[in-house]
Amino acid sequence: MSTTLFRTSQAARSALRAGASKRAGAMASTSFVRGKATLPDLPYDYGALEPSISGKIMELHHKNHHQTYVNGFNAASEQFAAAEAKQDIQAQIALQPLINFHGGGHVNHTLFWENLAPSKQGGGGEPTGKVKTAIEAAYGDFSSFKTKFNTALAGIQGSGWAWLVKDNETGQVQIRTYANQDPVVGKYTPLLGIDAWEHAYYLQYQNRKAEYFAAIWDVINWKTVEQRLK
Amino acid sequence: MASPTTYTLPPLPYAYDALEPAISAQIMTLHHTKHHQTYINNLNAALVSQATATSKNDIVAQLHLQNAINFSAGGHINHTLFWENLTPASSPSAQPSSAPKLVAAISARWGSLEKFQEKFNAVLLGLKGSGWGWLVQDTESSALEIITSKDQDIVPAGKKPLLGIDMWEHAYYLQYLNDKGSYAKGIWQVVNWKKVEERFLSGVDGVFGSLAGLRSSI
Ligand SMILES: [Fe+2]
Ligand SMILES: [Fe+2]
Ligand SMILES: [Fe+2]
Repeated sequence: MSTTLFRTSQAARSALRAGASKRAGAMASTSFVRGKATLPDLPYDYGALEPSISGKIMELHHKNHHQTYVNGFNAASEQFAAAEAKQDIQAQIALQPLINFHGGGHVNHTLFWENLAPSKQGGGGEPTGKVKTAIEAAYGDFSSFKTKFNTALAGIQGSGWAWLVKDNETGQVQIRTYANQDPVVGKYTPLLGIDAWEHAYYLQYQNRKAEYFAAIWDVINWKTVEQRLK
Repeated sequence: MASPTTYTLPPLPYAYDALEPAISAQIMTLHHTKHHQTYINNLNAALVSQATATSKNDIVAQLHLQNAINFSAGGHINHTLFWENLTPASSPSAQPSSAPKLVAAISARWGSLEKFQEKFNAVLLGLKGSGWGWLVQDTESSALEIITSKDQDIVPAGKKPLLGIDMWEHAYYLQYLNDKGSYAKGIWQVVNWKKVEERFLSGVDGVFGSLAGLRSSI
């Protein structure tokens, strides 16, 4: 789990902006309970992922959609804390779907931005080292893996995500899809996530989502995937 | 082996630009000719595969295909109901006064048409992901209810759909971007109240029309 998700102070945010690529390690002490979630800066410009993803999509996706999940998560967390203080267990349970949805939306998008990169910052190409080995063990070769991943993306019935995850018990990697903003938690560690919500591609690709799924491989940040696999 | 029914895209009962400014012509064109058509294509393909699997007694394949059939058939049914319950704002059918019995029942249930619309919109905005908002009538108790269905689920058995609103992002994104609240507000200008009244007064099969058989098969 990235520690960029729950930053607390303005000073910390400025520090992170100054060293965007080192951000994850800097914030190990932030806390889920006390911290307010904030929108993380993108580690690249809005237009930097063109032509795979247009600058307009990136800007709306980050500034509006992701921000809405951050706001929704903070609001639900506040309500949850109030219910907890009153020892109102029913209210706490009733808030779970909202926390799962908005918290999941925040976590998923944060991981997504980090596992993308413009080609001039190393995005695209093929994985090497440990990731390559793990993918080949599970799927034979990279091209078969990509085909399977794109089939999984295309098969999502509604809004959701496809992930390459690590099974924490076996250490093996596999492709899994998740509905809506369900986060990758529990038995699995998220390695690489692709947003298959229509807002992720519609302005550029409309109903031709297969073209979006084909193009996004040009901006995958395999370095991030490798760090997450460790 | 009997060849399965082939479904076709129903023509819209109005022009692609007829719902402007509530819904743009670009959205309507893509939504009808691409999205709805894709549900129909996938449904027809899955029904052919299903017939093959059935003739071979391949139960595993049949179960897999049923999931695809439910999704595609739901997409076809829901969009068909949706197009029918919209109409240009200039049409007399867009006036709530063309649904006197239903509006009376709505007012009895929610206090007023405006309060119902506020409640309905709150339900639409509360959807977590793709799905639909519905005004339905319980077939046992006759009570009116606002419900949602996820993805392309049709309304459950025992509920008769009166009005359906598509809350997938493709239904509004090109025009409203992430401002789905404005889409939900604007769509009331183009609700076909005359059609909704007809559904209120009709039996369940009448609402689904030529798709009644498909609906009861999923
Ligand atoms: Fe993380
Ligand atoms: Fe997204
Ligand atoms: Fe739709």
